Parts: sequence; structure tokens; C-alpha cells
Amino acid sequence: MDFLIQRLPLYLDGAWVTIQLTIGGGALAFVLAMVFGIIGTIRHWLPRAVSTVYVEVFRGIAALVLMFWMAFALPQLSGYQLDDRFAAILALGLNVGAYGAEVVRSSINAVAKAQVEATVALNFSWFQRMRLVVLPQAWAQMLPTFGNLIIELMKATAVVYLIGVTDLTAVAQNMRESTGETVIAFLGAFVLYYLIAHALIFGMRLLERRANRKLGRAVPRGKGLKSLAQSTPVGSGTAGGIS
Amino acid sequence: MPPSDTRQNEEPQGVGGQSQGQPLIVFDDVVKRFGDLTVLDHLNFSVAPGERVTLIGPSGSGKTTILRLLMTLEKVTEGVIWVGDEPFSHMRRGGGQLTQASEGYLRERRKRIGMVFQQFNLFPNMTVRQNITEAPVHVLGTPKGEANARAEELLDLVGLGEKIDAHPTQLSGGQQQRVAIARALAMQPEILLLDEVTSALDPELVAGVLDVLREVAETTDITMLCVTHEMGFARDVSHRVLMFDQGRIAEEGSPEQIFGDPKEERTRSFLSSVLEKGH
Repeated sequence: MDFLIQRLPLYLDGAWVTIQLTIGGGALAFVLAMVFGIIGTIRHWLPRAVSTVYVEVFRGIAALVLMFWMAFALPQLSGYQLDDRFAAILALGLNVGAYGAEVVRSSINAVAKAQVEATVALNFSWFQRMRLVVLPQAWAQMLPTFGNLIIELMKATAVVYLIGVTDLTAVAQNMRESTGETVIAFLGAFVLYYLIAHALIFGMRLLERRANRKLGRAVPRGKGLKSLAQSTPVGSGTAGGIS
Repeated sequence: MPPSDTRQNEEPQGVGGQSQGQPLIVFDDVVKRFGDLTVLDHLNFSVAPGERVTLIGPSGSGKTTILRLLMTLEKVTEGVIWVGDEPFSHMRRGGGQLTQASEGYLRERRKRIGMVFQQFNLFPNMTVRQNITEAPVHVLGTPKGEANARAEELLDLVGLGEKIDAHPTQLSGGQQQRVAIARALAMQPEILLLDEVTSALDPELVAGVLDVLREVAETTDITMLCVTHEMGFARDVSHRVLMFDQGRIAEEGSPEQIFGDPKEERTRSFLSSVLEKGH
């Protein structure tokens, strides 16, 4: 135990890098998922084709290979060296964003056709329809799967040590190599990954409850954080795995 | 050229004391097909400004499709729909030729039309107030305060003033439909389309919705096209009744004539089947 407590600052540094990669990758993935998911629902063939190409290309490439490519191949081709962490964020964001785009697209398509017809009857423009009616309703549908994706993304950050980023896994690995304490070195990583994952799950649960409440689905038993934190099954949507 | 002049002469019944002047809506030889199925078969009819027309007929006879074409939820297969002096389903090209209407053109034209749906279609992500005010604020550019005041007025009209901050899911079907009527009226349409607005309601809630519509009919000069199986309501509010069968008008006339002394066998058998169901 002393072993871990002494080295806690190192672990926390590593965990902080993991958190940064998760937030950065998640933010990029979210933006890409929204943009390509939304343009994937437009009737005109061109935006739809752009969306399909993005999804098929980046869903088909392993995040690790993409990361190697960003970190090692891109500098050779362009002569421009990306920061390692930025390369990792880019690779993770592009990869998970492709999954997310499919989630966004299918959630938008799942919004009842009658709702869209009501927006036509009220003469909304396409943009108004998306912003005021379709996305707020699709949002509740997206969140459970987004919850799975952000946790998958967080776990996928564990390979970034292969391009030289000192994340939580790299700290544990270094610890094992320098002390030979394999079991304890990785136990520290286990615990911290678990805590980060649960913070993410908790956050997503809050968002889900809020979204459902806005649609009048769940009857709130009080106001504020406390009522939001009451347990409901999280991740009840279909799992979105990452290869 | 608008075909209004010729249409005018074809109307045997006049239009409830408002037959003078140009018709507001003209269906000029309109055909609507879904694949091989012909839903509207070379349909010709017109509606005068302020006229209230009820469309009756067996299901599948094309009544609802007429409303959906007017709301631009469907496109005509052949023929042209005119609203006012302008083509509605089509737009004019340089040489006066008609071509399929663009989305921008439709947005400009359909400002004049509102619709109430069978399933209400309120937005569940908004309160009652937002359901009524968002479209005027964003589409018409009405100032927020004004839109709010108007929403309150309209909710009072439909008897739901105290529900302004409720969510649609907290309302009964009848209340939701009354909000949907207020939402449509908030856009100040010249033409209101009512698509079986009481068919999804429990019997005890029907009267409340129909009372609201009677009030709208009596106090405004909105042109109404109403698809309904509520024959009592149709008799009370409409100037004219069109009986549809297989995508054509089988018979048309005043409510007194259609309900009291139908000339066509199809009208008679349809009316007796509706009345047997307990309406």
C-alpha cells in the first residue's frame, strides 16, 4: 500500500493525461459525430456521400493504426510533427466520431415523422426544424450510446503510451519496469481507470435524466442534482464497440 | 393562366353565400399516385375565401391526401393546385411555364396555411407555451412578448389558460388537440386544414374539441377544409360537403342536402355505415 501512496503523484499525473485525452478526444468525436451525423440525414446525395465516406473510412481503421499514422507517418509525408498528445486526440476523435455519426444519424431518423410534418405545417426552415424540434428529441435517444462510446474512448486511450504519451497505463508500465512490482503497479491503474469510468457514467446519467425530463418522460421526484442522481439504468441503448 | 374562371361555372351549389369573387383554393385536374395506387383521380374543385368545406367518404378515398397536398406534405403527380392567384404546387418559370415548386417557394406560399393533425403532433420537448410561440417567433418574426400574449389569448379561447407551462405529456388527448388548434391559429393562417382531429380521442373528449372549432368557425373568417366522421359537426359548421369515393368527388352539396337527401347511392350507403357506428 505504501508503495502506491508514495507514487500517487505519478499516478495522478498519468490519470490527468488520460482525462485530458478523454475530454479532448470526446469533444472532437462529439463535434464530428454531430456534423457528419446531421449531414448524413440530408436528402441531397452530396452531403450524404461525404458523411458515408467519413464514417466508413474512420470506422474501418483501428484507432491504434490511425494514431501511429498521425504520430509517425504524417511527419514523414508532410514534414510537420504533431504534438504526441494532439495526434492521440485526433486519432481517437476521428475514430470514435465515426461511430458517433452513425448514432446521431439513426437517432435523427428515429424522430417520429409526424413531428417533422408538424414542423412543415408551421413553416419551419430546415435549420429551425433541426434546432428546435428534431435534435432536442433525438438527443435523448443518442445519450445512452454516447455514454458507452465515451467510456470506450477513455479505455482506448490506454494505447497512447505506444506513441510516447505518458498516460496512466504508461505510468503503471514504467512502475512495473523500474520496481518489478507487477501486481501492485497495475492495481493502481485499475483503480484509477475504474474511478474515471464511473465519473463518466455518473455524468452521462445526469445528462440522460435531464434529457428525458425535458421530453416529459421521467417524473422527477424533486429538483436539482439530488433527483438527477437517483439511479436509473445507464447505457440501456445498444452498445457501440470500438475496434 | 389561373383556371379560376372556368372552375367558377362548374359549381352547382354556390358556396354558402360567399360565391362572389375569386376562389381561394383551386384543384385543377389533380392526380396523386402512390406507386400503382391512384389516390386522387383527375380531381377538380375550388374553395371560396371564408368557405368551410367538409370532406367525407370511406377511408382510402383520398380526403386526407387533399389536405396533405395543400400542406405540401405530399407532391402532386399531375395537375396544379392554386392558392389565391398563384400556383401553389408549382411555380412559374421565366416564360410563364409551370415547374415543380422549390422549397423556398413553398415556404413563402404555405405561410397562409395551417394544419391540425389526427395525432396532435405537439412537440414533447417544449412546454405548451413554447409549442404555441416558437413558430410565430422564429418563422414570422413576432416579438416574444407579443407571441406570449397571443398564446395566452389562444389558450383562453381553447379553455386551457392554466396549462400554459405544462408539458404536452401532462395533458389528456383532448387537451393536447386543443393546444394543437391554438398552435395552428397562432400562425394566423388564412386556411385551416383539419385532418380527422377527433378520431384519436376518447368519446368523452370529442365534444370539447369540436366546441373549440365551432367557436373558431363562428368568430373568424378562416377558410376551413375539414376531414371528419363527425357528421353533426359537419352539418353545423360547413357551407358545403364533398363526398369522396375512390379519388373522385361522388357528390357535393349543402350539408342539408347531403345529409338529408343524398342523391348518390354511395353517399347513402356511406352515411348509413357511419351512423351505424354510433356517431
